[in-house]
Amino acid sequence: MRHLLSIEDLDRAAIERILDRAKTFVEISDREIKKVPALRGRRVLNLFYEASTRTRSSFELAAKSLSADVINFAAGGSSVEKGESLKDTVQTLSAYQPDLIVIRTPHVGAAALVAGWTTAGVVNAGDGKHEHPTQALLDVYTLRERLGGLDGRSIWIVGDVMHSRVARSNIQAFTRMGARVTVCGPPTLIPRGVEALGCEVAYTLDDLGQADVVYALRMQHERMSDSFVPSLREYAARYQINGRRLGARQVLMHPGPVNRGVELAAEVIDSPQAVIGQQVAAGVVVRMAVLYELLAGRTAPDRSAMPVGAGA
Amino acid sequence: MTPLEHRAQPPADLLVRGAHVLDPRSGIDAPHDVLVRGGVIAELGAPGSLEAPDGAEVLDGEGRHLFPGFVDPHVHLRVPGQEHKEDLDSGTRAAAAGGYVAVVAMPNTDPVVDSAPVLRSLREAARREARVPVGFLASITRGLEGEALTEMAELADAGALGFTDDGRPVHRAGILRKALQYQRLAGRPLFLHEEDPSLSGRGVMHEGEVSARLGLAGIPSISESTLIARDAALAGYEDGRIHIQHLSARESVEAVAEAKARGVRITAEASPHHLTLTDDALLGAPLAGAGEAGRSSASGLDTRLKMNPPLRAEHDRQALIAGLRDGTIDCVATDHAPHAREEKEVPFEEAPMGTTGLETAFAALYTELVLPGVLPLALVVDRLSAGAALVDVPLPAIAVGERASFCLVDLGAEYEVGEAGYESRSENCCFAGRRLRGRVLATVAAGAVAYRQRTFSVVGAA
Repeated sequence: MRHLLSIEDLDRAAIERILDRAKTFVEISDREIKKVPALRGRRVLNLFYEASTRTRSSFELAAKSLSADVINFAAGGSSVEKGESLKDTVQTLSAYQPDLIVIRTPHVGAAALVAGWTTAGVVNAGDGKHEHPTQALLDVYTLRERLGGLDGRSIWIVGDVMHSRVARSNIQAFTRMGARVTVCGPPTLIPRGVEALGCEVAYTLDDLGQADVVYALRMQHERMSDSFVPSLREYAARYQINGRRLGARQVLMHPGPVNRGVELAAEVIDSPQAVIGQQVAAGVVVRMAVLYELLAGRTAPDRSAMPVGAGA
Repeated sequence: MTPLEHRAQPPADLLVRGAHVLDPRSGIDAPHDVLVRGGVIAELGAPGSLEAPDGAEVLDGEGRHLFPGFVDPHVHLRVPGQEHKEDLDSGTRAAAAGGYVAVVAMPNTDPVVDSAPVLRSLREAARREARVPVGFLASITRGLEGEALTEMAELADAGALGFTDDGRPVHRAGILRKALQYQRLAGRPLFLHEEDPSLSGRGVMHEGEVSARLGLAGIPSISESTLIARDAALAGYEDGRIHIQHLSARESVEAVAEAKARGVRITAEASPHHLTLTDDALLGAPLAGAGEAGRSSASGLDTRLKMNPPLRAEHDRQALIAGLRDGTIDCVATDHAPHAREEKEVPFEEAPMGTTGLETAFAALYTELVLPGVLPLALVVDRLSAGAALVDVPLPAIAVGERASFCLVDLGAEYEVGEAGYESRSENCCFAGRRLRGRVLATVAAGAVAYRQRTFSVVGAA
């Protein structure tokens, strides 16, 4: 495997291989010296065109735990603000000879574009509203830890599906792992044709009880201005996951950061059903496993002009 | 006097020997010798029956087809103001290379063609630079702003073939109504880009399963059809004459058909890309250089496939084909929209809308529709030149006494549409990477040779 651009690139076996490896990395965090030399001398470039706290820091921590060198490049305060094109930026930064570029942009397909412009491997850390594959992997990891497996489980993804790359990646990852996925939200925030991803659609929480897992999405305030929902008050009344709606045996997930009192009520955030903290912790080991998968197998950085095909 | 302009060329004296002449409108469909003298078709004879007069060049038509030249009622030549994308010379070279003998340029330039002086200077430039005759549309509203009508009567007198705000809809019904009323004075049809911006919003592709999968904002098909319905109602009420540009959706074909059935004076066009491609293409081929891993969903996001209106679903494409067949759609128009490489080499959402199309129009339709038996060759040939009628330009015909305007095509020639090597200044062709059949070998426009493929040599001068 050379790049991780999309969950679509991964079959079930590849997902399981990455997550099994992630599990072996757990004990590293318990050591006094939280570091192994697996990727010593490798360069990882974090190229972030959007604000991100947890994704960027967990990639950075993952790379450092494997002894890779990390350069962080944030688009603000750089030549990007002077109008440098994405292509020029990537080609300039490629002169630093990174082995891997971790990129987040507000644009769909940008990570795939970058993969065509550099000899480094590329990890998509979020491309617009398209995909966020490492989030999906850490969510699957978290659920495997909690439930043992996803086969036959019912997972409801609730909220602003239209604008969510997490939803797009997770629908695919969850179904690939054997779960049944239902997306639920206001009809204005469910994209036409989303069933093509292999999920069912619901517009009310009436049948939420059938879910084994409730995955709430972040509801962004700017959606109000575009009339996607009339008010956060009405949204919360219909779609907020609260103590009344969440069953005792259901697992509650959220990609963070949470809008308390909007998509989640305070009482469920701190409930035993919530695994939000475990998701964050899983982010580090899963990203370590992704970096390892993409870099450790390759004895030398591939500087040849011809990109190599993906192999399992 | 025709308001089309081009650089005067010496009239052709040539003999095309043994080409299969197909002119659907005059009913010719058989091999002929075609003799052109002084730029006029002088004789049509049985193959081998005509002799080339002194000084005439001879083109070997054996096994090739001769069609009436194509006429494109919708191209962007980018002049004035965006000559880095295209200019009158390169754009009309591209037209000639595609078998076109006349094209109609859109006014969404910088400055906009919204006043007689701009139009006059353009026509003058075309007299110096254009390889094939070019006509110009002027804008309906000043600066394409949708607020105030242009001086349509003066523009018509100055040679505007019609009026359009192409690239944008005339959003306010009241403004379009006034333009339709004013049409009684100015004459000339209104060419309409139909899109309700409150529905299309920030969309960058067709709204459907593919946009849902990619997370891209969609442009629903009804953003087009609802405005067509509105404008057909306005045209019917004012008895105006309107032409609907680049139909893309099934609902739009239905709206045009209903309006035609009611007797509204409405015509419509469809583009080769909407007739042959669908939004699936955005998931399709791997990105150049991205390798196997580049086959993931977003890597088919080739910005050359981004245009407005967008490539739609298969049922839309089928409706367009049916509309072209039954005459609901009157003609093919390329919407040739060149953009510079650096403008297209950006993330999909950032890229400008548009694909080039002049050089691939015939081959795309022939390969995707004629060869599989979807449409007869004669129908495609007819629709490729039928756009002339929209702007009251004589339809090219292969008949004795007509000014020679035809193209010679090798239907057997197969080639891969390339990344480069176009006559156009730009390379953003949505068919890049596809194998097409049907190559234009030579084009005679307005009685003069406008294009000859480099590898296609003259057999010999007699």
